[in-house]
Amino acid sequence: MSKKEITITVNGTAHTASVEPRMLLTHFIRDVMRQTGTHVGCDTTSCGACTVSLEGQSVKSCTIFAVQADGKSIVTVEGLAQNGALHPIQEAFKEHHALQCGFCTPGMMLSAVGLLQRNPNPTEDEIRWGISGNLCRCTGYQNIVKAIQDAAGKMPKGVKL
Amino acid sequence: MLPRAFDYYNPSSLAEAAALLKKHGGEAKILSGGHSLVPLMKLRFASPAIIIDLNSIAGLDYLKEEGGMLKIGALARESALESSAVIKKSFPILADAAKVIADPLVRNRATIVGNLAHGDPANDHPAVMLALGAELVATNGKKERVIHVNEFFLGTLETALKEDEILKEVRVPIPPAKSGGAYLKIERKVGDFAIVAVAAQVTLDDKGQIKTAGIGLTNVGPVPIKATAAEAALVGKLPNESVYAEAGRLAADASKPASDNRAPADYKKSMVREFTIRALRLAVGRAQGGK
Repeated sequence: MSKKEITITVNGTAHTASVEPRMLLTHFIRDVMRQTGTHVGCDTTSCGACTVSLEGQSVKSCTIFAVQADGKSIVTVEGLAQNGALHPIQEAFKEHHALQCGFCTPGMMLSAVGLLQRNPNPTEDEIRWGISGNLCRCTGYQNIVKAIQDAAGKMPKGVKL
Repeated sequence: MLPRAFDYYNPSSLAEAAALLKKHGGEAKILSGGHSLVPLMKLRFASPAIIIDLNSIAGLDYLKEEGGMLKIGALARESALESSAVIKKSFPILADAAKVIADPLVRNRATIVGNLAHGDPANDHPAVMLALGAELVATNGKKERVIHVNEFFLGTLETALKEDEILKEVRVPIPPAKSGGAYLKIERKVGDFAIVAVAAQVTLDDKGQIKTAGIGLTNVGPVPIKATAAEAALVGKLPNESVYAEAGRLAADASKPASDNRAPADYKKSMVREFTIRALRLAVGRAQGGK
């Protein structure tokens, strides 16, 4: 079983490593790159804690092999803030107290950004369906939905993850 | 959870992928969206020695109308259904299905063709395609073979694909005027498999009678089920509640659900009956020009 050398651009920086093909993208991010903002929750494609943006699409990084992201760009929660300023989704989560324990938050925000890039002005119903792949055990979702509604009008123009 | 180790190939053409498949025989599995296969590998229910990833093959991600057919390529993602004009116009049944398959994150990766090739009776597209009378196009890299969906599902996770064949496309005839469809699913929560789901597609004639009907059932037997007796009972009838009720009874008779942690078998049978009635009501309403 041979290793493969891959290069993945994470938050704008290219990283090259030799990995086993069975390594999941989430482990590449956490264990190889030591960027631990991307969480492993259920590890069974259910909870969305591992959500990252892969070429502009929100995906569950526990269900993609790292070798599949070779040559591609991903954005994790560490890549949301720019030049020391929080991303509008981060500001909105802070403002609306859209988290308690914070475990689902990185995935929830990446999922929300993916939704807002596709649909800049979602209805409450569309937001609830849009984050239905992300589980939160603390908030009951109310403040998460409010935060996403708030961030909807404040997304940076012309900037895509 | 880590799968067992495997060797990974990402060929740049279907011919190359098929050659690898032929070389490695039963040792290899095809990876497209990976959202059925990878979870099974992580649980070690499946441990292929070779993975052949189709994602580097250009030109397979189409979802288009061509020559009176809807054609969906092997790399078209589930999310493509949600934004497609031809789906919106001609396939309400697929628009329904697109909303209830897994969750939005999974739909960004999972493919429609993979959902069929996996051969899981709990997946949603098999029943939809049975209702629509789809054709599946397989290739071994040298020649293509068209398999009607009625002949495709042989057993649980078992399809008519040969060991050296890759499913490259699904084709569905664009329904004529006065057609409508619906897909209704009961699930415990977003992302779960169906407890029961029913796909219904009808075309009406000039007198408003049912000219053709297709009914497919999800997750109520070892294979996806085409409820042929229910379909036959609808043809030539003016649609009304007693006609739907009879079709519902026949569809429930055709289902073979097992009791499991989702629900007991008799509940599932009752839900097949009720959801067949509701899906037909909706499909006929849409065929008559409603929403």
